[in-house]
Amino acid sequence: MRSSIQRAIKDILENRFLNAITIITMALSVLIVSAFGLFFLNVQDLFDAWKKGIRIMVYLAPATTETQRLEIGHRLQAFDGIQDIHFVSKADALRLMRKRMPRQSSLLDNLKENPLPDAFEVTLVSDSHSPEKIELLAQRIEGLPSVAEVEYGQQWIERFANFFNLFKLAGYGMGTLFFMATVFITANTIRLVLYSRREEIQIMRLVGATDTFIKVPYYLEGLIQGLMGSLIGIALLYAAFSAVGSQFQQNLSAEMVLIRFLPLSFCGGIIGGGMVIGLLGSFFRSNSS
Amino acid sequence: MPVNAKPRGAFSRVPLESKEKNAVIRMFHVHKRYGAKQALVDVTLDIVKNAFLYISGPSGAGKSTLLKLLYLAEPVSEGQIIVDGMNLSRISHRRIPLLRRKFGIIFQDYKLIPTRTVYENVALVLEARGQQRAMVEKKVKSMLRVVGMKDRLSAYPPSLSGGEQQRVAVARAVVGDPTIILADEPTGSLDDDSAATILDLLDQFYHRGATVVVATHDRSLLERGNGRVLQLRQGRLDLPADI
Ligand SMILES: Nc1ncnc2c1ncn2[C@@H]1O[C@H](COP(=O)(O)OP(=O)(O)OP(=O)(O)O)[C@@H](O)[C@H]1O
Ligand SMILES: [Mg+2]
Repeated sequence: MRSSIQRAIKDILENRFLNAITIITMALSVLIVSAFGLFFLNVQDLFDAWKKGIRIMVYLAPATTETQRLEIGHRLQAFDGIQDIHFVSKADALRLMRKRMPRQSSLLDNLKENPLPDAFEVTLVSDSHSPEKIELLAQRIEGLPSVAEVEYGQQWIERFANFFNLFKLAGYGMGTLFFMATVFITANTIRLVLYSRREEIQIMRLVGATDTFIKVPYYLEGLIQGLMGSLIGIALLYAAFSAVGSQFQQNLSAEMVLIRFLPLSFCGGIIGGGMVIGLLGSFFRSNSS
Repeated sequence: MPVNAKPRGAFSRVPLESKEKNAVIRMFHVHKRYGAKQALVDVTLDIVKNAFLYISGPSGAGKSTLLKLLYLAEPVSEGQIIVDGMNLSRISHRRIPLLRRKFGIIFQDYKLIPTRTVYENVALVLEARGQQRAMVEKKVKSMLRVVGMKDRLSAYPPSLSGGEQQRVAVARAVVGDPTIILADEPTGSLDDDSAATILDLLDQFYHRGATVVVATHDRSLLERGNGRVLQLRQGRLDLPADI
């Protein structure tokens, strides 16, 4: 075994150029695939955070009286799936708007009367976030007297979820493609190495070496290529992540989401996968020549 | 060890019946064709255990071809070969390495791996048999000392002279302590002294019980020893009367 490892390393060093190309290709594939993974992971986090924060805004008709308003508040509280309600008066709403748009506040000053409606902000309990449940709830709220309009981000979230799933599918498809391409490339390197070694292999056979003895170093070579390639790919991704991740973080701090790197288990999986690819490549190659 | 302490006529002196039993290599009506070229024609031959046999003949007579058939570098076109009980036409692919390990082969063109050092070339044979590292090192070094190549352990074959390469090839052939040594022009590139060293080495293995087959067109080699000599001419064996 020790001599096999030595032979494998010697071989890699002797075919430096070829191996470098394979390792770089492998690293790039890993980089692209795991960049996708990183992106999905964080978008998923963000998405979850948004879903958690789903609110239903219940706008009241302009003529709603104080009693009607209290009545609606009670009825809302009685609904299933509602965690909390919070009354936002039209004055509060205007104040909030001023704060959010300081430049336009003079414009708001010119208003003769507050055009905003009174509203209830309804937070949902976390287990009623399925699109169907939210929709049902919204419909029931809409049926209450004095409720002018119910607004919730549902349609938008749903559309986004569909898009996200499509994107994910594309990601898997691409991952598969890269997987195959990388196996092919490793296989090709090993083929070229075997070709450049055909005389040596022939001699080894003539002096009584078994196929296993001859091939083990090439399997190891594939393994090492896979290991190096995926390590480099992940290291590159991490470097890129460290460089630009904090900027994204600033943009997202309002959403209460922390951008994170791929978990260790995922990195381990990619490295393991890279090694399997290398092994597969050398296996296919050395058995078909 | 005294050289030639034992008469080499073992081949012809053994009576026919026991010869069959003792035969370590048997060839029956073997033909070998390379395309239209007939390299061997109807060769039938028994080689008994612990024989010292020369196969001589002019260039192109088929000497190398005959040896190549024995270790399955080439398949026969017709006929049968049995080596140490293994029928070469029925041997499974998986067992070919086992067949080849019975042989120590000195190739006419040496067949050293140019990208491996002298040491690695010789050690390869033992490593392929799964021998322990320390053991490999000991055997390889001592064998390289015998052939006078101990100082060139880490040299690469292309940097060696023809004779030096040949001596490394000899060391590799015998380092695994083979039961049959096939030597194709083992002294072709050597001066008289080096040639004598190699022949003494072959003698040593012969005296330790190995079967030695030497293919050569070198007359001086044939005159030197008293081994049995077979003549090949245009692929045909000139058989002595007693076979
Ligand atoms: N691979 C091959 N393809 C075609 N013809 C071959 C091949 N190998 C050998 N021959 C032919 O077979 C004949 C016998 O060749 P072989 O090498 O056995 O001769 P030899 O007796 O060993 O000669 P030498 O003394 O020069 O080594 C020659 O005519 C040679 O040209
Ligand atoms: Mg020859």
